[in-house]
Amino acid sequence: MSYLAICGLRVRAELKTFFRQREAVVFTMAFPLILLVLFGSIFGSQDEIVAGTPFVNYFVAGMLGASLMTSSFQNLAITIAMERDAGLLKRLRGTPMPKSAFFVGKIGEVMVVSLCSLSLMLACGVLFFDLELPVDAKHWAVFAMIYILGITACTMCGIAFSSIPKDGQAAPAMVSPIAIILQFISGVFFVYSDIPTWLQRVGAIFPLKWMCQGLRYAFLPDGAKTREVTGDWELDRVALVLSIWIVVGLIWCLRSFRWRNRSDG
Amino acid sequence: MYTQSATIDVVTAVEIVGLTKTYRRKSAGKLTTTTAVDGLELRIELGEIFALLGPNGAGKSTTIEILEGYRNRDSGEVTVLGVDPQQGDAAWRSRIGIVLQSTKDLTELTVVESLNTFAALYPRSRPIDEVLELVGLSEHADQRGNQLSGGLRRRLDVGLGILGRPELLFLDEPTTGFDPEARRHFWSMIEGLRTEGTTILLTTHYLDEAEALADRVGVINHGKLIALDTPLGLGGRGKALATVSYRNASGQIVEIETATPTQVVRDLAAANAGELPELKITRPSLEDTYLEMIGRESE
Repeated sequence: MSYLAICGLRVRAELKTFFRQREAVVFTMAFPLILLVLFGSIFGSQDEIVAGTPFVNYFVAGMLGASLMTSSFQNLAITIAMERDAGLLKRLRGTPMPKSAFFVGKIGEVMVVSLCSLSLMLACGVLFFDLELPVDAKHWAVFAMIYILGITACTMCGIAFSSIPKDGQAAPAMVSPIAIILQFISGVFFVYSDIPTWLQRVGAIFPLKWMCQGLRYAFLPDGAKTREVTGDWELDRVALVLSIWIVVGLIWCLRSFRWRNRSDG
Repeated sequence: MYTQSATIDVVTAVEIVGLTKTYRRKSAGKLTTTTAVDGLELRIELGEIFALLGPNGAGKSTTIEILEGYRNRDSGEVTVLGVDPQQGDAAWRSRIGIVLQSTKDLTELTVVESLNTFAALYPRSRPIDEVLELVGLSEHADQRGNQLSGGLRRRLDVGLGILGRPELLFLDEPTTGFDPEARRHFWSMIEGLRTEGTTILLTTHYLDEAEALADRVGVINHGKLIALDTPLGLGGRGKALATVSYRNASGQIVEIETATPTQVVRDLAAANAGELPELKITRPSLEDTYLEMIGRESE
């Protein structure tokens, strides 16, 4: 069978596996949605970040970024660690499957899951929190760019990170706190320019901060850029940092990826 | 000394010469080295069913994983179907089948879905229905992995191993968790693979299984092969003294060790008019021989 057919079957197997695991679906897709509705309702529309733009819009844009990170980084870092522990990776490695087909399967799964998650979040944002869709082709294009660069960077990091926990059980406890902390210091729950400078610096190392910033360009009125640290959207910088993370993540993957459990040598 | 030539590659399934593997582990800041395989020599012919026996930690798993291409060796020469496993490519992998020990994966896919996903990877895979039939999973085809009992899950592992019509099949403790009926069924399936000409390398803790299936058994301990023979010939047990035993008139068990049990029985029959209660002739079982061998080694 052709390489493409094998990849197609891997994607199908990954998607079936994902959608049949209720915990995975709840954790990856429903949890960000619940956070969106919950915090969106608590924040309300009184507080404005600039005249005419309530904080809740800032928050919704940030949550879109957080959901992208959840469907890619968190999802992969946890499931690959668990699958390695269960012996799936070792089993696959013992077949004639081209190694890359495994990663294509994972990337395909992340694409579908993230698009589903993103659509739900967008629908929710528009319906309940007056989120305005990107106003023109350029804003849509930036949205697409953030999606592609962000999801790619987070996918690489997720695959690489899956080799760090010592076994599958330890994975959620290691991955989830990192994701939650990043959301606090990357401009999801709080306005990024309002948090202490040293925390800003930490947040700025990681992709999520730049994904959220790009998404704010796509979804907020142009006037909101006065609340950015430099008073500008810095789209070129956003693209640069995310691209660097793609390269770093890829090298990290190539150097650290293991097909076997650590206790298996 | 061999020079590696095409003829040797074709007639030998597995060829191991002077294989060594040492693990270095850092524990509590101290570097400890353990020699798992220590100058192992072994040759398995095409079409043969070979059982590798040995206690846990004897170097069995390490050896098998080197043959399967999962681990690199420190030194020695190894060929599997004429190819060095460290250089094994997809074409080579499509000629071998691997049944790993204790797996917990494929929980969400049904049996058929798993088989279909893996069948696509092999150039001349068996029809799915045939595999289901062979491993006895036809009635469980639409059950998900996590709905299968331990024994049925193991059958799925075996099914995935034979899916690609391997020339050489690795079976690492394949019948763990099987009930006696399932084991018999499994044994007859292995006989079927034998008639197809599949070479099988089996490890098992069930010595009756090795005895029933294997053409030859090898016993490995401390990383070395300490015995290599047919199941009957192992440790000279085919030639060992037989024990004739029965219960005598005063109710005691009498045991006679002899090289000529037939003659002993004939004499007993002549000397006693009726049936001798509990009369039996026993020879050391494979298990007795094996345990004695392993026990002697560790002294």
